Amino acid sequence: MSGIISYGAYVPIFRLSRDIVAKAWGRGSLGGERSVANNDEDTATMAVAAGFDCLKGMDRKEIDGVFFASTTSPYKEKQSSSLIATVLDLDMEITTVDYANSLRAGTSAMMMAHHSVRSGSARKILVAAADSRLAYPRSDFEQSFGDGAAALLFGDSRPIAAVEAVHSMTNEMMDVWRNPEDTFVRSWEGRWILGEGYSATIEKVVTRILEKESLRPQDIQKAVIPAPDARTHRNIIRRLGFRPGQAQDPLIATVGYCGAAQPLMMLVAALEEASPGDRILVAAYGDGADVFIFQVTEEIKQLEERKGIKGHINVRLDLPSYERYLSYRGLVETVPGEPFRLFPSATAYWRDIDPILRCYGSKCLECGTLTYPLQRVCYKCRSKDNYEKVRLSDKTGKVFTFTLDTLAGRSDDPLVVQTVVEMDEGSARIYCMMTDCIPSEVRVGLPVELTFRRIYEGGGFHNYFWKCRPIRDGGGQNA
Amino acid sequence: MRSIKDKVAIVGMGCSKFGERWDVGLNDLVIEAAYEAYEDAGIGPEEIQACYLGTVCAPLIGVGGTVVADALKLRDIPIIRNENWCATGHIAMIEAFLAVVSGVFDVVMAIGVEKLKDTGYPGLGTGRGMHPVYEARRTSPGSFAMIATRYFERYGLSIDEGRETLAKIAVKNHHNGSLCPKAHFHNEITVEQALKAPIIAWPLGLFDCCGNSDGSAAAIITKADLAKGFRDDPIYVKGFGISMDSMLPHFRPGFEWTSFNSLVVSSRKAYEMAGITNPREELDIAEVHDCFTITELAIYEDFGFSPRGKAKKDIDSGFFELGGGLPVNTDGGLKCFGHPVGASGIRMTYEVYKQLQGKAENPERQVKNPRRGLSHTFGGPPQLSAVAIFGNEKG
Repeated sequence: MSGIISYGAYVPIFRLSRDIVAKAWGRGSLGGERSVANNDEDTATMAVAAGFDCLKGMDRKEIDGVFFASTTSPYKEKQSSSLIATVLDLDMEITTVDYANSLRAGTSAMMMAHHSVRSGSARKILVAAADSRLAYPRSDFEQSFGDGAAALLFGDSRPIAAVEAVHSMTNEMMDVWRNPEDTFVRSWEGRWILGEGYSATIEKVVTRILEKESLRPQDIQKAVIPAPDARTHRNIIRRLGFRPGQAQDPLIATVGYCGAAQPLMMLVAALEEASPGDRILVAAYGDGADVFIFQVTEEIKQLEERKGIKGHINVRLDLPSYERYLSYRGLVETVPGEPFRLFPSATAYWRDIDPILRCYGSKCLECGTLTYPLQRVCYKCRSKDNYEKVRLSDKTGKVFTFTLDTLAGRSDDPLVVQTVVEMDEGSARIYCMMTDCIPSEVRVGLPVELTFRRIYEGGGFHNYFWKCRPIRDGGGQNA
Repeated sequence: MRSIKDKVAIVGMGCSKFGERWDVGLNDLVIEAAYEAYEDAGIGPEEIQACYLGTVCAPLIGVGGTVVADALKLRDIPIIRNENWCATGHIAMIEAFLAVVSGVFDVVMAIGVEKLKDTGYPGLGTGRGMHPVYEARRTSPGSFAMIATRYFERYGLSIDEGRETLAKIAVKNHHNGSLCPKAHFHNEITVEQALKAPIIAWPLGLFDCCGNSDGSAAAIITKADLAKGFRDDPIYVKGFGISMDSMLPHFRPGFEWTSFNSLVVSSRKAYEMAGITNPREELDIAEVHDCFTITELAIYEDFGFSPRGKAKKDIDSGFFELGGGLPVNTDGGLKCFGHPVGASGIRMTYEVYKQLQGKAENPERQVKNPRRGLSHTFGGPPQLSAVAIFGNEKG
């Protein structure tokens, strides 16, 4: 049996009111808000965040593969699943695959994970999908798109949701696409791509699987069917014969349409509310369609609480302006030549992969001192090469001291919050920048968690490292 | 470690005008300082047997000692370059002391120089090229500001109290600098002005931060026994201390961020060599590393000038002002005289030297009958500290 063992999700903290976008262009607002990835986030960092959420309480040793899905990977040539697997501190002897180029990449990765597990070639596969697509300024997509990620752990024993049936079909048409040199998503006429593409394909694939499984729409408790906008979503639900109450919230009003990650994000939200015995149908479009029917099991009651979609949706900060959105998404050029005396080095990065990516500190086996990054000679007792590695990435800490530095940032984001964090685990210290915060809220003693981010561009590649961010329990804080 | 007390003397010093020296280059700065030192010692370049150069980034990394050889045409002698961040000048000078004590050389020159204003950037930049990510976006003000944040927290100062205390240090140093012709800045400021100035790295504002200046300073050093052959009022080296610590105390478990072991250790070693047991009473002048106001405050406590956590009381009472119990940074300090990194330690020593000779160029700021003076630089923060103590007579 194959199914979902665990889930996790991630939604960037910054939300942009669609009214702000509408006002910037003097046009109508779609209403609600969309998520916007911070300027230090990309699809790999968001997938990492969802991955950590998903792996909470899970045994990393049984994971035989990581499948990453996105249409907006950080690199055109260079795997991201290898980065994600390393940052999540998984074994090196696993399969890593990137699924790309289609809005269906998320469900394709789910499909392949399911087949790998069902065939017995893998015990557990982590699927992480993330997207951060850019839309032409002033376009509808600019308002409707969102940024986000979700992760699902597929496995062969004790699933919380077992795969009952799957079906796929392909559909060749130029509906939405990007050429290699394109920054923004292109599309053909809306009525045609939604009518003949999206709706027709989803209708066909859902009808087919229900027939095959001898199920009627009313046998499904939740229909997880992402759609590019709320109206299209309402229409497809009605055409498939589902009642509005059976439809899983498409997250359009609160997050936006997160491309390849959307079906996984909606599925996570559905699982958060699901009861044993529920049937969940997932159908996602993109150059064709994939459809799944899951049956929720008793195991779902045992799953440790995680952030998921629920834990992210109300943890939000207002992105105050359209200009900030452009800057966060890298659409404005910053002042060049700021003398960051950094030395980006692919070799140094590779050599220090344990501390930089896996976030390992060293715990001295002689005196017990825990230090980050790894130290071969103990700070305290100077014993040499006598330590065990300790992963600190999923640990919490408190701000020990900090500054709000106005000299260090980019010209479009000049304030850098530099902190020294004392970790709750062994009082290890980590010097890092704080992100996702309001400068005025920073204080000594503020509880923080670590988050994996892109800290600068140099050497022609993305330099990733850990930052800290305030631990928030939701409740809709505002900037 | 053995003492070098009274074995070495400084017999000539020079110091360029500090500031934004747009119209002069590195060579000019070196010439300005070195020729003043030659003249002060009554010697010419041919008498220099070895030279110890302190420079950090001028004009770029990898220049070795040629900066001095090129400018001064000092050829065929060893020119040894030292680079130890902000303590560069001090350590070059201390190397020169040790060279003389070793007996290999009789007359050597220590010279520090920095031409910062050719970089096109008003600050020192960010990061230090030590590692691809661990120091990303680290700046000097940011690192020292974290000391202030922690100090306020630990000793229960409100932000306003803390910032006002620091502002008083800036006001003092601006006053001292206003009396010093070679200083970068000559403007007096008020506490209110300091508090209202733009924030650079919270809680530090503009006036909490030292100047970014061009400058050079030089010292002619010889054996104490030979000193009187050069001049009647040589200044004797009484002691020194250097302490090196981690480059990134940021990651060091248990690090307090209010006190620095390298400051404590380097000052205690210097006191011990100089025979000083109560620095607050026995020192008559101190030039300390006020790269930021909070640094000067931390030094008061780590050097034993003020009891721990009580520097505010001494600041409020004017203890460190000209005419106070222990005048500190009588020439304006890094804050106002400026901080061309590699030159600073020797510039501070220049001030101590002139004060101990009773020759401060403006009588208004001459300290009354000083016998013992200390100069100090602190690189980092806060991995290394270098201290030297001087006296105007043997014993």
